[in-house]
Amino acid sequence: MTRDKANHGPIVFTRHGMIRGARAALPMLLGTIPFSLVTGIAAQSAGLSALEQIIMSATVFGGAAQLLVLGNWATPAPVLTATLAAFTVNLRLLLMGPVLGPWFDRLRGWPLWGSLFLLVDQNWGLAVREMNAGGRDAGWIFGSGLAMWLQWVVVSAVGHAAGATLRLPPGHPLFFCSLAVFVCMLAGQWRGRIDILPWVVAAGVAITTSLIWPGSFYYIVAGAVAGSLTGAIRDTLRA
Amino acid sequence: MTPPPFSLDPWTFAAILGMALATYACRAGGYWIFSKIKPTPFLRAVLTYIPGTLFVSFVLPALVKGGLQTTVGAVVTLAVMLRTRAFPWSMLAGTVAAWAVWML
Repeated sequence: MTRDKANHGPIVFTRHGMIRGARAALPMLLGTIPFSLVTGIAAQSAGLSALEQIIMSATVFGGAAQLLVLGNWATPAPVLTATLAAFTVNLRLLLMGPVLGPWFDRLRGWPLWGSLFLLVDQNWGLAVREMNAGGRDAGWIFGSGLAMWLQWVVVSAVGHAAGATLRLPPGHPLFFCSLAVFVCMLAGQWRGRIDILPWVVAAGVAITTSLIWPGSFYYIVAGAVAGSLTGAIRDTLRA
Repeated sequence: MTPPPFSLDPWTFAAILGMALATYACRAGGYWIFSKIKPTPFLRAVLTYIPGTLFVSFVLPALVKGGLQTTVGAVVTLAVMLRTRAFPWSMLAGTVAAWAVWML
């Protein structure tokens, strides 16, 4: 199927779209390798077995949450704390699903609930651009997510196996790769002058929240909600 | 010390299960709620601003916290990205720049 064909007509969910999505995710797969390694190493030092680490990476599939929980691990495992931590760190995912509504609304069954399971910041950011550029193949989000998931499970398992021998100091510049991924995604979201005010508000609120509430992850949701509300209110007043 | 590779502690398993359910509730829950409430034009306008502001809210506090090495890396990444529109080169250039500052 040609790209032209994919850009017209109804929303579809094809293997071709999955492959295109996986290919588009390649740079992210490389850029997040240090992050995946570190999460495996953290699981090893927290005392998780290889099997436990693999189950965690495969089912949670959320690096920030896993790192936070593993950094505060205890025996017996802190069930309630871990659950609450995963929820608050991942609150931002609540905001991400609805943005891809035009695609998800046309899906049923495993393509829908599977794609939602495979939703992470990186493939979501790319998918939003693909969708806004007229992409009609929702397989794109599934394929890119599946590629990210495979890399995540395999490389974090390698990190666990390498464990004690592969220690990078906390400030090591390789960790910057993860942030570089986000900087690239950010550059891709710029649409023009309408974004100036919402982005400034988001930055201000996020930075302030992160400073008054260090160690928590609410600043991401706080900044995104404040900035987006500002943009929508301004648009409504203008209209 | 590391336990045997295939050991599975019930409390650890329960914690993992809790984390997995909480995370999936966030992934699927936001979309599920929106698909039930039929969003107004205002809510739809809010959604169009989410992607940009979410990444802003992720990156900017990290720069404040990360200091010079992180800021130099981010500026170089952004500059190369705006010029080339190529993820791999931008990330590579930014990481090399951050590394250079770190070595100084």
